Amino acid sequence: MAQEQKQPRKSSQEETATEEVVETDVAERKEMIDEDVDAILDEIDEVLETNAEDFVKSFIQKGGE
Amino acid sequence: MSVRRVMGTEVEYGISVQGQPSANPMVASSQIVNAYASSTVKARRARWDFEEESPLRDARGFDMARQVADASQLTDEDLGLANVILTNGARLYVDHAHPEYSSPEVTTPLDVVRWEKAGEQVMLDASRMAAQVPGSTPIVLYKNNTDNKGASYGAHENYLMRRSTPFAEIVRHLTPFFVSRQVVTGAGRVGIGQDGRDTTPERGFQISQRSDYFEVEVGLETTLKRPIINTRDEPHADPAVYRRLHVILGDANLAEVSIYLKAGTTSLVLAMIEAGFIDRDLSVEGAVKALRDVSHDPTLRHLVTLRDGRRLTAVQLQLEYLDLARKFVEDRYGSDADEQTVDILARWESVLTRLERDPMECAGELDWVAKLRLLSQYRDRDDLDWDDAKLHLIDLQYADVRPDKGLYHRLAAAGRIERLLDDATIEAAMHDPPVDTRAYFRGRCLDKYADSVAAASWDSVIFDLPGRESLQRVPTIDPLRGTRSHVGELIDRSDSAQALVAAITR
Repeated sequence: MAQEQKQPRKSSQEETATEEVVETDVAERKEMIDEDVDAILDEIDEVLETNAEDFVKSFIQKGGE
Repeated sequence: MSVRRVMGTEVEYGISVQGQPSANPMVASSQIVNAYASSTVKARRARWDFEEESPLRDARGFDMARQVADASQLTDEDLGLANVILTNGARLYVDHAHPEYSSPEVTTPLDVVRWEKAGEQVMLDASRMAAQVPGSTPIVLYKNNTDNKGASYGAHENYLMRRSTPFAEIVRHLTPFFVSRQVVTGAGRVGIGQDGRDTTPERGFQISQRSDYFEVEVGLETTLKRPIINTRDEPHADPAVYRRLHVILGDANLAEVSIYLKAGTTSLVLAMIEAGFIDRDLSVEGAVKALRDVSHDPTLRHLVTLRDGRRLTAVQLQLEYLDLARKFVEDRYGSDADEQTVDILARWESVLTRLERDPMECAGELDWVAKLRLLSQYRDRDDLDWDDAKLHLIDLQYADVRPDKGLYHRLAAAGRIERLLDDATIEAAMHDPPVDTRAYFRGRCLDKYADSVAAASWDSVIFDLPGRESLQRVPTIDPLRGTRSHVGELIDRSDSAQALVAAITR
């Protein structure tokens, strides 16, 4: 795509090129965010209580206030 | 007025004895309070003073030097006594079936954050201390408001207001604010309805932990038929001058920005009501239903119908209050507005603007958005429906007070949630009182003259002095007296409580 950008072109084509660059940026950023999300979920997986169903079921409170 | 006023918060913590869902929560709560008291409170443990009048020595009827050594031997009578005052001026006690921390009186939103967060650390330490008692089962505490099975417990706010402000004006102008402020202050909840059972694929998450538990617009109750505006009026100050507005509909927040904005924006709105500044009627049709409907729509598109026929989203309703508050502060202070007032206005505007654009932009500041983002990421990765136990677990564990297990704490430690205060500042507030309210006097007395303080409450400190037949009650009826500038030097130079009381009563 870098090559394409160097070519002289009409303004409408330039716009297309710019959009493509932006899309690539977005894709790269999304990839980074995805990795980031994977990392935090992996970390949280490690601390989550095991047997979610039993744990949630056994959290019983009396009213307060 | 500005964001500054006498304020404080009270948080009831969810409590769970690991592996024993049927354990008596009152016993467990007492174990928490007593463990903290035994480990930290010096020598004699001062009692909470329930009496308005000076109690007589023979009216005490209990041994104040006694420590409850073995919590498992607690009787019902002992359970009623788990109630201590801390050197930071706070009250730590058992309220019904929950341990509760009532912060000392403070005057700024950031100090609300500081002493409320200190309370979380007190609860964490208390649970660790309770776990050291031989034969005890670990107790885990949660800063949340519901078990998702029908029970709810509170995180109350208190704001000192001018008595001269008509209560009807408070109800009129505060109700629409309360219906809508949850978009900023909500803690997020998996489950719809009081028992949380309504989790259809599309509808599983709501903004507030508390909204489904509110049933009337105005009332005195706090445990059933909960009202949006609570009428309890016990100012703990001169009742001719002040009322204490007791706010019961808020969520227990972990995110510091959520707490900060909750106290700051509410205080500002109250200032406008006191000043008679609000010139528009934002009254909402069917406030109770509107409160729930707003909570049930995390896309923030739900339209609330105003009595004048306009239809606004909750964010737009908040923007109305923001607009008024900007004009109010400009009108009263211009460029002389204090730093926190300016900061609250800027943050409020920033948060509302981004919530309107895309709520996810606030995932690094607000509890409900942080929680929703995490839940959405799990749903995407693991293809989970809203009724999946794992999502309910994430909701619950978000509020776990332990830094290694609590998901809020994991997100904050990873830099994903903004902090306003550092750990050292919060830790100091576990022991030090605020310097600009009567909590300073209370806290310093507890710290320096522990052996001589028989009891204390918001509006008094009661001394038991050698050679005196009756207890000496020092009233602290004015929340803005007994500050460091009033009594700091006096306490510094009084080596004993006798010297202090002599100097005060001279």
